[in-house]
Amino acid sequence: MTFMTDANSQAMAAAAARRKVLEGLKTTDNFFRLLTHSSAYLVLILLGAIFVSLLMGGALAFQTFGLNFLTTEVWNPVTEQFGALAPIYGTIVTSAIAMLVAVPISIGIAVFLTELCPMPLRRPIGIAIELLAGVPSIIYGIWGLFFFAPMLQQYVQPELIAFFKPIPVLNGLFAGPPYGIGILTSALILAMMVLPFITAVCRDVFETVPPVLKEAAYGMGWTTREVVGNVVIPYTRVGIIGGVMLGLGRALGETMAVTFVIGNAHRISESILAPGTTISATIANEFTEAVGDIYTSSLIALGLILFFITFVVLALARFMLMRIEKKAGA
Amino acid sequence: MALDLAKYRRRRLRSTITVSLCWAASGLGLTILAVILATLVFKGFAGLNLKVFTEMTPPPGSDGGLLNAIAGSLLMTFFGVLIGTPIGILAGTYLAEYGRYSKVSSVIRFINDILLSAPSIVTGLFVYEVLVRPMGHFSAIAGAAALAVLVIPTVVRTTENMLVLVPNQLREASSALGLPQSLVIRKIAYKAARAGMITGVLLAIARVSGETAPLLFTALNNQFWSTDVNAPMASLPVVIFQYALSPYEDWQRLAWTGALLITAAVLSLSIAARYLGTSRTPK
Repeated sequence: MTFMTDANSQAMAAAAARRKVLEGLKTTDNFFRLLTHSSAYLVLILLGAIFVSLLMGGALAFQTFGLNFLTTEVWNPVTEQFGALAPIYGTIVTSAIAMLVAVPISIGIAVFLTELCPMPLRRPIGIAIELLAGVPSIIYGIWGLFFFAPMLQQYVQPELIAFFKPIPVLNGLFAGPPYGIGILTSALILAMMVLPFITAVCRDVFETVPPVLKEAAYGMGWTTREVVGNVVIPYTRVGIIGGVMLGLGRALGETMAVTFVIGNAHRISESILAPGTTISATIANEFTEAVGDIYTSSLIALGLILFFITFVVLALARFMLMRIEKKAGA
Repeated sequence: MALDLAKYRRRRLRSTITVSLCWAASGLGLTILAVILATLVFKGFAGLNLKVFTEMTPPPGSDGGLLNAIAGSLLMTFFGVLIGTPIGILAGTYLAEYGRYSKVSSVIRFINDILLSAPSIVTGLFVYEVLVRPMGHFSAIAGAAALAVLVIPTVVRTTENMLVLVPNQLREASSALGLPQSLVIRKIAYKAARAGMITGVLLAIARVSGETAPLLFTALNNQFWSTDVNAPMASLPVVIFQYALSPYEDWQRLAWTGALLITAAVLSLSIAARYLGTSRTPK
């Protein structure tokens, strides 16, 4: 009898202990799940918070200047007149020139890495190009200011000015004394910085081309150029555009490198050799020295414009890359 | 027949031109990297001595080093990564484990990818608005927070990518043994994806330790030794920025030395990360 109750109570105790452990596991399970869930939502909240905080910070500038903020060139801290046109113009022009330079080179490197490069060199060269993306932007800045800009000023810009002088239209574009720093220099530095990003995307999408397609084309007697131009690039067009947009997003928002070499002049010049400014360079240069609410607010409003532009560009880029991923998966 | 041959030659020629242009493009890319590194070594090595690591940033015209800037960079990067990494790993875990196929996850993934390449100066403005302005002063905390905002998207991306690669059989086997899902994730999936996740964290460290823009108006700068996280703090990139643009030659020399140090650190980190990532990534 005692033996029975003993075993019974032992079993009951075991069951209770078991239940306790299971309940503990259930609690930690739920807790962990909740933790991951809320962290994931934090990413969404972060984006919302950035938008809202910039909107609130820039509200004063938008209230004071209205839509004129976007269309005025004046930037005068003394009279407290601020307009975003010159920085917006500088941002778009430097990025556009950067893309003109970087896109063909990036596609060239990507073709080289996927089609032409001898196998044992593929990885080292690929890594070297990727390291270019790892170099901090301030390094591009200091290098641009002390090495690249003087070099351009001495050897390249005088030639450009002399060469384009007799040509109508274009002589305005390449006019003026060779400052070294300016729109063109910034654009070229930007091109070097976005090059590895575009190359990486192009290389990845080129590798999604089914080998059968290329082999068939080579089998028909096509040359490398014809295979790349008629098979590889058309097949991956959406992905390439996505990569280019991704690079554009980077170029638009790049700050430190541009701040060093743009010259920080709040005006719109016809010549691309002249100094100018971009949104990010203006903020980096002036934010800590800005006195008065309206000055600070105008700079934050600039930040909001920049964030909005890059958001749209990057969203389009991701959308296109998602399309090609689906194609590769199917 | 002769006509065809001419056409064939033209096609060959055009192809050769394109191929050579591709070779030239790659040569150009490698040259840029080589020239940048050579300039850094050439200009930075001259100023590299023990004082750089033992003395504070000097006023113009006198001797000094970069000790407070190096310490500040290490401290803020450490705290930035300390705050950002757990959030990033947990969010990445949600995307890969709990909500892999849900609608919300694809939205989060999309937004995360945008944050990944959003301009870092905007992060600085954001932290200025939510931390510096309410606190009333610049501080190392704000700097670390700005860096954490940059760490999160990087870690989310790599964590998710690595967890997705873990074979489902591992999860099923451990679930069949009665392991609750949180333990399956923490004891099995994390272990299998560990190398890749560490790579992600290393890459995030490499990325933020070179960042200047988000620190400019959060941590600001500090001429002196300071470990007060509630006060402005020097960092290597911001000191480089200030010294390089100054008219003083000794400051510019220090800026180059700092640039060499930071590039060496960042590049060796990313090479280490790559090595780790390729040698033991789950297949």
